[in-house]
Amino acid sequence: MWWNARHMEAAASERRVWKVVPGLSKLATYAIVIVALCAAWEGYKWLWETTGWTWPFLVDDTTMPHLWDILKAFGEPVTTGGPALIHPLLDAAWFTAKEAIAGFVLGAVVGFALAVLLVHSRLLERGLLPYIVASQTVPILAIAPMVVIGLGSKGVEGWKAVAVLAAYLTFFPVAINALRGLQSADPRAFELMESYASSRWSILWRLRVPASLPYLFTALKISATASVIGAIIGETPASIQEGLGGAIVNFNQYYSLQPTFLWATNIVCAVLGLVLFGAVALTERLVLRRAPEHYA
Amino acid sequence: MDWVPAVVVFLVGIGLWQGLTTLFDVETFLLPKPSEIAQAFWEDKATLWDYGLYTFKEAAGGFVLGSSLGILTALVLARFRTVGLALMPFAVAANAVPIIAFAPITNNWFGLLNPFSKMAIAAVLCFFPVMVNTLRGLTSVNPRAIELMRSYAAGNASVFRHVRIPSSLPFMFTGLKVAAVLSMIGAIVGEYFGGPTNALGVSILNDTQLFNFPRAWAGIALASAFGIAFYGAVALAERLTTSWHPSTRGFRGE
Amino acid sequence: MRGRGDSVVSIQTLTKSFSTGVTALQDIDLEIAPGEFISLIGPSGCGKSTLLRVIGDLVEPTSGTLRVNGKTAHQARVDHDYGIVFQDAVLYDWRTVQRNVSLPLELLGWDRAKRKERVREMLELVELTGFESSRPWQLSGGMQQRVSIARALSFDPALLLMDEPFGALDEMTRERLNMELLRIWEKSGSTVVFVTHSIPEAVFLSTRVVVMSARPGRIAATIDVDLRQPRGGETREDARFFELVTEVREALAAGHGEAAGGRSSSVEELF
Repeated sequence: MWWNARHMEAAASERRVWKVVPGLSKLATYAIVIVALCAAWEGYKWLWETTGWTWPFLVDDTTMPHLWDILKAFGEPVTTGGPALIHPLLDAAWFTAKEAIAGFVLGAVVGFALAVLLVHSRLLERGLLPYIVASQTVPILAIAPMVVIGLGSKGVEGWKAVAVLAAYLTFFPVAINALRGLQSADPRAFELMESYASSRWSILWRLRVPASLPYLFTALKISATASVIGAIIGETPASIQEGLGGAIVNFNQYYSLQPTFLWATNIVCAVLGLVLFGAVALTERLVLRRAPEHYA
Repeated sequence: MDWVPAVVVFLVGIGLWQGLTTLFDVETFLLPKPSEIAQAFWEDKATLWDYGLYTFKEAAGGFVLGSSLGILTALVLARFRTVGLALMPFAVAANAVPIIAFAPITNNWFGLLNPFSKMAIAAVLCFFPVMVNTLRGLTSVNPRAIELMRSYAAGNASVFRHVRIPSSLPFMFTGLKVAAVLSMIGAIVGEYFGGPTNALGVSILNDTQLFNFPRAWAGIALASAFGIAFYGAVALAERLTTSWHPSTRGFRGE
Repeated sequence: MRGRGDSVVSIQTLTKSFSTGVTALQDIDLEIAPGEFISLIGPSGCGKSTLLRVIGDLVEPTSGTLRVNGKTAHQARVDHDYGIVFQDAVLYDWRTVQRNVSLPLELLGWDRAKRKERVREMLELVELTGFESSRPWQLSGGMQQRVSIARALSFDPALLLMDEPFGALDEMTRERLNMELLRIWEKSGSTVVFVTHSIPEAVFLSTRVVVMSARPGRIAATIDVDLRQPRGGETREDARFFELVTEVREALAAGHGEAAGGRSSSVEELF
């Protein structure tokens, strides 16, 4: 549906290029691009400030703080005499990571189970698939308060309720891609299995599931990011203060006084997304024992 | 008759929702009955529709802006492939960043009441899936098709026009469909961090805070309906422009 | 010996090595006269496809000279001297059959009326009249390949380069298309360079069969095919046909033995 496996060839050519470029020059490329991005930020800031341009928005130390000021913010205390910003942010990141990981696991299990169900019934697939797609158009930010209060009234802790919200985002790519993957085995392989009079169960485990793995990992990488998004925007309206979403709401209120704190929080969000994504990509390498098919 | 099971599921789902919420006497603040939501929508349909339209305009603006930038970037990167391949890991990394967390920042940049603050976050959300997918489409062309064009002594512009761009369209639409859904979500999230009172996201937030849950759910359903319609419109545009593609023949094709 | 001046393709001591260190072609000498039908045959890795690509200016030779119609290969490409047919038809899904055939004409800047007329002629030539508005994926493999041949011939190239064009088709379709190709070749009078794995196909189609050996790719033998023209179904039952098939097979075996014998100390020999 959205994510598909038409990209093999592109991925293969990407791999070929990277094989030719030795690791060192690859690192150098990364370094150059990162420096260029930082220079673009500071250059843009400098140009707009000195010329006084205000389109598309006014540039000053509040809207675009210096990069070094953002980095410095990590070491500044949040309240007078309190710990440096980095400490509460790391605590918040851990709290959000917990929600994201729980949501990721829950969503992956539900998504895969759904795919297994749908792959065995064309009728169910036709009946449910449109709603699986439609489910992603529901703004979870809007339903978050109800879910947190609702589950809370059943005695579920806040962070677990947020994990359920994260799962709502993560189940989708897994369900869609696993469905594709489970159907992807060579038709002749199915005929072979049938000639052995294999049961549906046996075909599922010996043929469908192994064939679905590359698709599954593509989905899991998308889900890793989605789980962080789900956790952050699940916390935000549910008044859960301990996580990164809470930190965003909090520092957003003081943005005009301390813009660097919000920026620093967003950097931590970005890093958390990258770490979870990287963890799945690494697992894929270990499990599939070959270069990843493609990202995104 | 592919749609029959989907319609049956819809009716059964709504029926179960109505029946179970009545049977177990579920409180309205948890999950209102569909009839209550429908009633809340009906009573206020003109206002809610206007709010929805306002938010949809923000989303559509962001979609157009982000997608066109994404397509342009992909074209440039496909033309200069070494640069494109070197930048690919960064696009991948940017895709793994929870961009939506930056919504408060664009609000601060453009001002809460300026629709551009929501368009900006929607545009950034749309940019990456469209760019990455289009670039993949532009660069995963059958090498023989390129050799053939070279044998006609066709220049780079010709190769793009006749081979790379047409064969990238299915990939591009995959990205555009993701972007359509993301743009609506992005606009709503942006509004949650503050926006004009005539925006759907703000309206849902206010209704929740005022414990007017049926109306909040009506707003959520409307937001979802706009998202589905936008997705559907892009899918329709795909069918019309890529009717040549073998995959558009079957149900499963895209 | 054919004179160099009137050759369509003239190759002297041509060598092609890849950056990986593999020598794909070594000391190739080949003259192709106008109207000839040349087959390149040899084991996998003998460089026959590479030779075709070098002639078509899709791959640069490492050393040696190559002239096409007395010009450099690059100039010949710019002058639209090549029509190419690959193993898969490489038709563009987003264009109808008609517009696939007219693509090179569009690139050449022909006007619409002229294009339409030529496409009609070409589709008639490959017997696909009535399929103008079909999409490529609606056609069978054999029909797709006929479209690809029509496209290659549409702008009257001096040289038709065919890289195992019928390799993916079943035997029956292949034999039928062989006959059609001969008919088209006679009608169009173009010069053909044809890469194949099949000995009977090479003998049946060609005026000359160039037998190549592998590692490095060299020309092991050149066999003139003196079968009567025009050829047809009965040609395959001709005693001379079988003699020539045997001759090519022996040349292939000899080329293979020579290559292996020459490198008997090599590790690769163990495989």
